[in-house]
Amino acid sequence: MSISEKDVLRVAHLARIRVSSDELEDYQEGLSGILSLVEQMHDCDTDGVEPMAHPQDIQLRLREDQVTEPDQRDAMQKSAPQVDEGLYLVPRVIE
Amino acid sequence: MEFECVIGLEVHAQLMTQSKIFSGSSTAYGASANTQACAVDVGLPGVLPVMNRQAALMAATFGLAVGATVNPVSIFARKNYFYPDLPKGYQISQYEIPVVSGGSLEITTDAGSKTIRITRAHLEEDAGKSLHEDFDGMTGIDLNRAGTPLLEIVSEPDLRSPAEAVAYLKKLHTLVRTLKICDGNMQEGSFRCDANVSIRPRGETTLGTRTELKNINSFRFVERALYHEIDRQISVVETGGAIVQETRLYDPDADLTRPMRGKEEAHDYRYFPDPDLPPLVIDEADLALVRSQLPELPDARQARFVAQHELSEDDAAQLTGQSEIADYFESAVEHAQGESRLTANWINGELMSWLNKNDIGISDSPVTPAMLGQLICRIQDKTVSGKIAKQVFAALWEGENDGDVDALIQSRGLTQITDTDAIAQAVNDVIAGFPDQAEQVRAGEEKVIGFLVGQVMKATSGKANPQAVNELLKKQLLD
Repeated sequence: MSISEKDVLRVAHLARIRVSSDELEDYQEGLSGILSLVEQMHDCDTDGVEPMAHPQDIQLRLREDQVTEPDQRDAMQKSAPQVDEGLYLVPRVIE
Repeated sequence: MEFECVIGLEVHAQLMTQSKIFSGSSTAYGASANTQACAVDVGLPGVLPVMNRQAALMAATFGLAVGATVNPVSIFARKNYFYPDLPKGYQISQYEIPVVSGGSLEITTDAGSKTIRITRAHLEEDAGKSLHEDFDGMTGIDLNRAGTPLLEIVSEPDLRSPAEAVAYLKKLHTLVRTLKICDGNMQEGSFRCDANVSIRPRGETTLGTRTELKNINSFRFVERALYHEIDRQISVVETGGAIVQETRLYDPDADLTRPMRGKEEAHDYRYFPDPDLPPLVIDEADLALVRSQLPELPDARQARFVAQHELSEDDAAQLTGQSEIADYFESAVEHAQGESRLTANWINGELMSWLNKNDIGISDSPVTPAMLGQLICRIQDKTVSGKIAKQVFAALWEGENDGDVDALIQSRGLTQITDTDAIAQAVNDVIAGFPDQAEQVRAGEEKVIGFLVGQVMKATSGKANPQAVNELLKKQLLD
């Protein structure tokens, strides 16, 4: 299976990754290759096989509903580029 | 052409857990920004989500209460999009297999009763909050809310009017509060609603193109926003236009809806099962536990109030609209020695009007169920008239006599005059003072007797028993 340049640009936009025009062909080939690899699974007979959502046959571990995390804002915000009044500041976004 | 509207609602109910759905941070509202956002909530690399058992049980509680299937296995998925208040770049939600499938709610409007089907309810995490003002052109991010457990409850497009949508929302609101899984506080955003709306010519069976109305967060706004959107869609179609599938926001100040995003490409969330979270299993033992803790549901309670307390459907519906009001009623009736109808009248009338006037909830009422019950007893045994009882109620509200009803009636001298001589004296005085009216009554105009009763009540500062006055007047004038 091969994907088009347009597909590559769309996926790149969704992932917010900038792809220059001279990289396009590379990505197109690479992504098509991955899809072809995955496509081999179509050859398997999966009739009667239940779809699975997780590779391991385990179930979710649950924790009791207790507050265990103390306030660590100062530590957390040490790695933030800009903070003010306890808020993380980011370039303005408005819907 | 006549149109009908088709509405489906998506409600986000914040679950009342102590800690977040995938971390041990507190979910308490109103804390200082980012003091309740741990490494998991801010999406630091290398962290792993650990699911809160209580959130799963609350979802199951909801499922059982609406007669839905609580799926023994459900799957968490990543919903991918970029926004600064979603630091991981994806929201953990459920997609293919939600925790709850199916179920329904019965609603009642002026048009009658109707069953509204529920499509599904799924667990997900809330995002943080973006603050767009006051930061020198920057946006401030508070992640305290990030990771708060949400139950998203999706209805089928079964609603056919804004009134039905409001009835459904109120029903759901009462239910989640009764189940104690959500506090229902719309102002704090604990109970939020989006609506999918479309119109079609009446009789048509296929659905029209829908728009989505976001964040309509009060019962009043829901109704108004829906009316406006339906009107807008009808005028677009009638003028030969076509509805564009888009997200719109209701602006309560301008009282209209406007598009939220430009003509962007349709959202592509690229859902996939979250590899960090194996399937959520809710087994028979969990369900048995949840079932054993289910409270009496609002519909059942309403039916019981009608049967056991001999209330009208309307009174019972009003009382059971909030579980706190229903609790108050049952407690007050006990103190009122079972006098249920009078108690219901006082709660739905006097108490509600005082609560509304002072903008407080029934749990904060200064007049307790015990006080109201006691007051009802004093009305029943004719110590005070209904009219005087309102004065007593007002004094109780102000905290007089520490809420001791009998002491209050005593100290204010409000005891009804039961001394027949005293009443007879007042009756005679009134007959002498209003000879024209007395003559009219004698001539057979019995309606005028009401005027004379009123004069006697006035003369006795309302403390005479109006029935006794009425009888005495009749005896004096007609026998």
